[in-house]
Amino acid sequence: MNPTLPRIFATLVSVMLLASGCGTKNTHPDDAANAGTAVGADGTDAQTAGVATVDAGQGSSGRGALGPDGPLGSQRIIYFNYDSSDIRSEYAAVVAAHGKFLASNASVRVRLEGHSDERGTREYNIGLGERRAQTVRRALALQGVQESQISTVSYGEERPAAVGSDENAYSKNRRVEIVYIN
Amino acid sequence: MQVSFRLGKRLLYLAMLMGLAPLANAQLRIDITKGVTDPIPVAVVPFADTPTTAGAVDIAAVIQRDLDGSGRFRSMDRKALPARPVRASEVEAARWRESRNDYVIVGRVVARGTAQTAIEFDLVNVLNGQVQLTGTETVAASQLRNGSHRVADRIYEKITGVRGAFATRIAYVSVDGQPPSQRYQLLVADADGENARVAMQSSQPVMSPAWSPDGQSLAYVSFEGRASAIYVQKVKTGERRQVSARPGVNGAPSFSPDGKRLALTLSGNTGNLDIYVLDLASLAMTRVTEDAAIDTEASWSPDGQLLYFTSDRGGAPQIYSAEPKAGAKARRVSFGANYAARPRVSPDGRSLAVVTQDSGGFRIGSVELPSGQVTILSRGTLDESPSFAPNGAVLIYAGRERGQGMLATVSVDGQVTQRLKSDQGDVREPVWGPFAN
Repeated sequence: MNPTLPRIFATLVSVMLLASGCGTKNTHPDDAANAGTAVGADGTDAQTAGVATVDAGQGSSGRGALGPDGPLGSQRIIYFNYDSSDIRSEYAAVVAAHGKFLASNASVRVRLEGHSDERGTREYNIGLGERRAQTVRRALALQGVQESQISTVSYGEERPAAVGSDENAYSKNRRVEIVYIN
Repeated sequence: MQVSFRLGKRLLYLAMLMGLAPLANAQLRIDITKGVTDPIPVAVVPFADTPTTAGAVDIAAVIQRDLDGSGRFRSMDRKALPARPVRASEVEAARWRESRNDYVIVGRVVARGTAQTAIEFDLVNVLNGQVQLTGTETVAASQLRNGSHRVADRIYEKITGVRGAFATRIAYVSVDGQPPSQRYQLLVADADGENARVAMQSSQPVMSPAWSPDGQSLAYVSFEGRASAIYVQKVKTGERRQVSARPGVNGAPSFSPDGKRLALTLSGNTGNLDIYVLDLASLAMTRVTEDAAIDTEASWSPDGQLLYFTSDRGGAPQIYSAEPKAGAKARRVSFGANYAARPRVSPDGRSLAVVTQDSGGFRIGSVELPSGQVTILSRGTLDESPSFAPNGAVLIYAGRERGQGMLATVSVDGQVTQRLKSDQGDVREPVWGPFAN
């Protein structure tokens, strides 16, 4: 038996769990409570200043069936080397598993969330995270996944997975998370 | 049930206090870490008839802190003052000279009707006995702190010849909580870190704040919709407008000097970051650069004729310039450093503040124009986000210390540095607002 088959099977099961469960409710409770609030910040008159509350964003936050605590563990996260957006060989099978599933389930969509470590300037790191997300997007497309099934977002260094200024944290932060959104 | 209900109510109240009300205890405490070798000795005497109610502004203390914080002055401890004059005619120059002062600042508070307050002040040069400056700042009674900064601005300018920037504001981002549940806030505070107010908060990242040249608005990037979008928000009212939410990256907003356009970064569906200019009235978008590299972090020259930006088209990030129009040709402007990114143009247009890298880490550097030579100004290991004070004398920037983000300032010659310690969690991305008028 091909050693990657159990992995693919696990991916399928998890994706189905997500699609049938968490996937139907798009908004994570944490986000609904506090997605974004704009308030007046003038030093003279803040008590009477206007307040604008905006709607929460959509999508599972990565803590569903495919999240770090889900049955697939970290199998939906691709890690990268410093200043690189090349997919390391050990993640080729993970990307391929997602690609095959998505290619045969054209109604399922994913968001690829690119991240960087904290070194370098913030907006440049947004660019680096986007490059990583695009690399994974192209790899999925090679498996036959439709453009319409994939969206990308780069958070740069703004949403670290691990806190710390050492290589241990950095290596966990240079990543693309594959987030199923329906 | 009763108890938990009460607790819930209390938590709600606490949340309101922390989130939406003024941050009464929030402070960025200033520590001078390195000053000029020969600061000017001054004495700031407590002003007469300063309100003494709880929480009232101690005008002389605010002025003292501003002058000390600039690194150019060293003020006498209040307890050591040899006398307490309140007007220039009461200052006995010889006595202040003996206590080793060059200047004495005295003043008084005068009510003007019920709502207005005048701060009258005198600056006496005790070396020659001359009254160097006599002035009045009239403010709303609730604005004594701002009035005090304005007095400090006038004194600073009189003595140094450089316009003071104490009565200005900064904006910055703070983050608290642990990943993946963090709270991001955009704050606006006085330049000394006091009066911090929350302008925007979100459970998703907020980044890259930029002031409009009139100081009325902030542009910033928010990920509240699970994708990046650029907003322009009125500081006073909180009213805001989404100006760009295209597929992919919407980043790095920067107002043109006339406030009518916004330079920004877009990636589109292909993930190729380039510089664009958005007309804020028509929302028409002009593509400025078209290169497979990452082009981002644009900043305008003071005359609005050039954009300076980061690009890794040559390998490592360097600074390039281009005219803010379609099909503009990019020219490299930074040389002599392996890494130079996120330029901010000095108010006189003669230099750029950048993030650069040496063997010690990421540091604030200055790029001289047009030679492109880079001088390192800061000493941290992860310094970033430099922003010029509107007088061009000082840069504020962000660094990390013991795992915590902190804000610091450095004079443009690298001589004077100070840290602003915060109790607002991780603080980052400080941007200095324009002069108030």
